[in-house]
Amino acid sequence: MAAAVDSVRRPASIPRPPDRYRTFTAIVSWAAPASLILIIGVLFQQAWPAVTRFGAGFLLGTEWNPVTNTFGALPFIFGTVVTSAVAIAIALPIGIAVAVLLAEPGAQGVRGALGTGIELLAAIPSVVYGIWALYVLAPWTLLHIETPITDHLGSIPFLGGIPRQTSLFTASLVLAVMILPTLSAVSRDVIRAVPRGLRESTFALGATWWETTWKVVLPAARAGLFGASILALGRALAETVAVAMVIGNRPEIPHSVFSPGYTLAAVIANEFAEATGDVYQGALIEIGLVLILVTLTVNILALLLVHSARGRALV
Amino acid sequence: MSNNLWRRFISAFALSTVYLFTALALVPLGLVLWFTATQGLPAVTHLEFFINAQRPSGIPGGGVANAIAGTAVIVGIASLAAIPIGVLGGIYLAEYGVSRWANWVRLASDVLVGAPSIALGLFAYALVVVPLHHFSGISASVALAVLMLPVVIRTTEGAVGLIPNGLRESGLALGIPRWRVSLQLILPAAAPGVITGALLAVARAAGETAPVLFTAFGNQFLTLDPSHAMSTLPLVVFRDALTPYKDLQQEAWGAALLLVVMVLVINLGSRWVLRRQIRLAQQL
Repeated sequence: MAAAVDSVRRPASIPRPPDRYRTFTAIVSWAAPASLILIIGVLFQQAWPAVTRFGAGFLLGTEWNPVTNTFGALPFIFGTVVTSAVAIAIALPIGIAVAVLLAEPGAQGVRGALGTGIELLAAIPSVVYGIWALYVLAPWTLLHIETPITDHLGSIPFLGGIPRQTSLFTASLVLAVMILPTLSAVSRDVIRAVPRGLRESTFALGATWWETTWKVVLPAARAGLFGASILALGRALAETVAVAMVIGNRPEIPHSVFSPGYTLAAVIANEFAEATGDVYQGALIEIGLVLILVTLTVNILALLLVHSARGRALV
Repeated sequence: MSNNLWRRFISAFALSTVYLFTALALVPLGLVLWFTATQGLPAVTHLEFFINAQRPSGIPGGGVANAIAGTAVIVGIASLAAIPIGVLGGIYLAEYGVSRWANWVRLASDVLVGAPSIALGLFAYALVVVPLHHFSGISASVALAVLMLPVVIRTTEGAVGLIPNGLRESGLALGIPRWRVSLQLILPAAAPGVITGALLAVARAAGETAPVLFTAFGNQFLTLDPSHAMSTLPLVVFRDALTPYKDLQQEAWGAALLLVVMVLVINLGSRWVLRRQIRLAQQL
């Protein structure tokens, strides 16, 4: 790294000339932490009237009715948690498989093409996923996944009811696709950080490729893989537009994953521009505050895990 | 012996499962590209699509010129703010990156990348839209600038970090001050990487919907004035796709195709430039 010039230690007696360039760039670089602090501060200040008005009951209220000014966030919290959890469950095996292949030594050509593909998956705008999911994925899911499952396994809780095109499950599928690049890219880095000697000595003992990967490499990378999943969870919690287009936008707690629901981010996207009155707007900003505090906590936790897995301190 | 055969079979089976899962991961990419191309092409093959503003359903000759102009103006202003700040911040991380201060900047950037983009929209709404009392392109630029900043910082750090220390040391050995070494020697050498990083941030910002929903808000008319409501391509996709009218849905697919083409060109181009840059840096 370029910082090597700087790390040369000087004797304390020789005064260092003031490095104004360093000071200047350091101050400019604080734009990042400053905007983070400013965002949280502004959202807190905007949401504060709503926080004091609704109290803690806001997070547990199940009714969302702008006409009567009754606002409870539980349906949105429920939808966000369920869609993100299902998305992680779908994406995890696939993401780890991709990461294992990407981290494998050799096979440069295949790896390059695969890496490009995964990167493009990350680059496609979420609204494009949204329109695709609305017109292509949702009808297909209803026909080939939701209807067969409700027909045969409908007696199992959360799998019954009348399936819909726009449902928690469809939203989870889109989310799974969208978090896959994060999951596989971070997992790849974590798996690559496993010491080579560990893998090589396992091979030397006569273990097969699968035994090396499953019993040695992946367990060694366990904490980092957990961090990668949490990071992907943060992405899933924060995703807005693609989910808003396929989740059905119904503010109630459904009895089945094949029924319409709502998420924290989606309700802000759909209702904020039309929200009339301070109470309604305040409730939506408070939802935004809850969302950003949860995602930031999740992200910091994930970064801690991933960094310690790569053997670097976070701060 | 048969035990060993079984173990090798299991290993081969597991490896093929891993390949299968990986193929499965790329299926959505192919499907999204295929459907956007086939559904969007009929819309973008008319010249009116690029030169006319949006029209209500049923009136032929509608286009997305208003959204293209809006995206260009909003993202342009956001870039003017985010790219210089981000590049200088990235240079700081690459040049003086071993301090605790720098680690806080890195952490904040990584956290900011994961911040919900809808929250950035709320932030810009409270900061710009509320004091001005109306939706505006400039408020969307504020939200997108915050979105771009961490991306530019981290890609610049990576690009400058690739430049070998020998170049920096030879500059310093000639007695050139540190800031001139950094800005006139290192930055030009790292320029292709820095520029592609900035372009990736531009592509990401241009494709964002959530931060512009209640900042730029949308506008049916062609305008270049960022103090008023403007439309952007993602807004066209989002709003038109949810209407029941076939011609507007067609327009949404067309706008989606424009977004996908932009993202593909920038991403594939940047990979090519970065590979070249890494090769050149190894020769230095």
